[in-house]
Formats: sequence, C-alpha cells, structure tokens
Amino acid sequence: MAETKVKEAKEPLFGKKERKLLVDPLLDNNPITVQVLGVCSALAVTSLLMPSIVMTVAVVFVCGFSNLITSLLRNIIPNEVRLIAQLIIIATLVTIVELSLKYFDYPTYKELSVYIGLIITNCIVMGRLEAFAMGNKPWKSFLDGLGNGVGYGIILIVVAFFRELFGKGTLFGAQILPEGYFANNLMVMPAAAMFILAVFIWIQRSRNKELVDIS
Amino acid sequence: MDFVNIFIKTAFVENLVLAYFLGMCSYLAVSKSVKTAVGLGLAVIFVLGITIPINWMINEYLLNETTNVFGTDLTFLRFILFIAVIASMVQLVEMVIEKVSPALYNSLGIFLPLITVNCAILGGSLFMISREYNLGDSIAFGLGGGFGWFLAIVFIAAIREKIRYSNVPPALRGLGMAFLLTGLMGLAFLGLSGIDPAAIGG
Repeated sequence: MAETKVKEAKEPLFGKKERKLLVDPLLDNNPITVQVLGVCSALAVTSLLMPSIVMTVAVVFVCGFSNLITSLLRNIIPNEVRLIAQLIIIATLVTIVELSLKYFDYPTYKELSVYIGLIITNCIVMGRLEAFAMGNKPWKSFLDGLGNGVGYGIILIVVAFFRELFGKGTLFGAQILPEGYFANNLMVMPAAAMFILAVFIWIQRSRNKELVDIS
Repeated sequence: MDFVNIFIKTAFVENLVLAYFLGMCSYLAVSKSVKTAVGLGLAVIFVLGITIPINWMINEYLLNETTNVFGTDLTFLRFILFIAVIASMVQLVEMVIEKVSPALYNSLGIFLPLITVNCAILGGSLFMISREYNLGDSIAFGLGGGFGWFLAIVFIAAIREKIRYSNVPPALRGLGMAFLLTGLMGLAFLGLSGIDPAAIGG
C-alpha cells in the first residue's frame, strides 16, 4: 500500500472520486468476498505466503494494465466481439507476466505452474473490464484495476498467512512457532482455504450489515 | 486401461473444484438450484470434453517446438490460442442450448458465456500440457474433469436447497455457508483418494 500512497501525493488528478475507486475494492466492495469474483485462482496458491505475494503482484499488474488498455480502446472495439478482444488483451498481458516470471524467478514459476495462466480466466480482470473499463476514462479505469487487484491480494495474503503459520509453523519459510509445534495438516489442504475465507466473510458481514445475503 | 484410470482419477481424486478450486465463480453463483446446476454441469462436461483434445492438437501440431509443422518454438502463443478455442466452443454451445432448450438458456443467463472464463476449462487445458498427456489421455482427462465438476456443482446445489430452511447466522448466509460446505465436501472427497484406479481399470 505504501506505493500507492506516494502516488497520491504526486498525482494532481487524484481527487476524492479517484480515491474512492482505489480504496473501495479493498474492503467494502472486495472482489472476492463481496463481488464473488476470482475465487478460482485465489485459493490454490495460498498454502504458502511467498507465492501468494507473487500472485498478487501479477494480478495487480494484469488487472491495472488490462483496464487501462481496454479503456483506451473502448471506442474502437465493436460491441459484438468485445469479449474476444478483452480476452486477447488479458492473454497478452498474462503471457508477459509468465515469461518474465520464468526468467526472473524460476522456482516460483514452477510452483505456481498453471495458476499464472489462469489469471486470464480470473473473473476479476474480465469482470472489471466489462463493468468498468468499457465505460470509463483510462486513468479512472487504471485506478479501478489497481484497487481491485490489491483487494484480491489482501484476501490472498490473509489466507496464506494463516495457512502457512498453522500448517507449517513458518512465515516466508522462516520458523515462527516453536520447534515443538505439531504442524496442522488440515491447513495445508485445500479445504482450509475455504474455511478461512468463510470465517473472513462471516466477520466482515457481521460488521457491515449491508452486505448480508437476505435471499 | 489408461482411459478409465485417468477418468476416475480426475473425476474423484483430483476433482477440479474440490482439490484445485477451478471454476469456483460459476460454481458458487449457479449452485442455488439443482436444475440449473445440472444444465451448467452438462455444458461444462461438453466444453471440457471438446476443448481439451482440440487444444492438445493445437499444442502438438502448431506450438510445440519439436513436433509442430513450423519447426520453431511458438509456445508463447499458447494462452491466446487456447482461450480463442474455448471462446468459440462456448459460443457454439450457447447457440445449441438456445435452440434446444430456451428455458435452460434463460435460467443460465450470463453464466453461459461466462463458461469461457470458467477457470476449469482453461485450467484443464493447462494441466493437460503440464502433465504431458497424449491424445487419448487428454480426452479422458477432459471428460473426467467435466464429470467431476458436474458432480461437485450438483451436490452443492442439492445441499444449498436444503439448507435454505435452516437457521444459519445471518452473516454466514449465502456465500459464507457455500464456502464452508465446499470445504467440507472437499474433506469428504479426500476419502476417495484411497481409490486405486488401477484396481478398477483392471
């Protein structure tokens, strides 16, 4: 978050509205827990903290820039083929991310395997393009993309924190809990991510009654 | 008997939803009634069953450095080509369903075109590459993966239909409960990891 704070100060275009675009998706309109988008790739990579952070950076990048590019092209793309056009933009950006990760950090690339490719089908990216970038100016769309990417990342990091801490007793691979701690294998399993997310939603909705599902 | 082997393994032991979280978005959104869940599940089986073999051929004959017709490494085009195949297949399914069953078409609504961005479909293709399946294997993998996805969404829809009459804490209603149930189902499916596919496949 520190990065975006610095940007705020420098950017004269940064009014109240823009701030809202960036901050809203972090909690009150979180892509995962409120909009229910992008759950797919979110949970599989969260058994360790480090890959989750790499994944977050990748998604923030793809989300921000695909929103920016789509918004720039929004008046040129014909309505009938807009989904394909959006997918091509996203796929190109994801290819860039994949190749750079392969070059700079091969072990993490191996670990994330198909999940980097799956950013293409991450509904957050696509959903924001459809819902926001197709109808808004580039700068705003860019901020919206960044906000949603970071909102997604927050969930990823929270889930990964608990899973790594209790599942392995470590954080970033460094031992945190005392040596005698008997690792809880449940936390390493996929199901644990579901439980942590459910509890997160529970807490969030208890505090903010507006989000409660009345149906 | 590799076919049966891979089919059972992908459908039960390595279920795309419960073990890899693929296709969660539509899984959570369309699982409110069993009827629509069945419709979407069938569509996913169909799309997975078709796109994975097609993508296998694309990868083998157009992209892979050693086996393709161009003799150069074109794998960087993989994502774009795969997603294009998937998008056109989904478009096809959409047209067929609209003709055959307008009622189902209306109840699936936006989620039909969204199969394109259903991670299970692209994920299936990417897993197929990373596990180095051959053509027969990838057909089995596509059908098995689709069937596993179908099972998972029908099960959760059935549970959610019942749980509507229970007294769930308000904040957990809907999404929260769906996550908890999926987690529990995932644990239950873990029990199936004891299956030895070789024993069934002979």
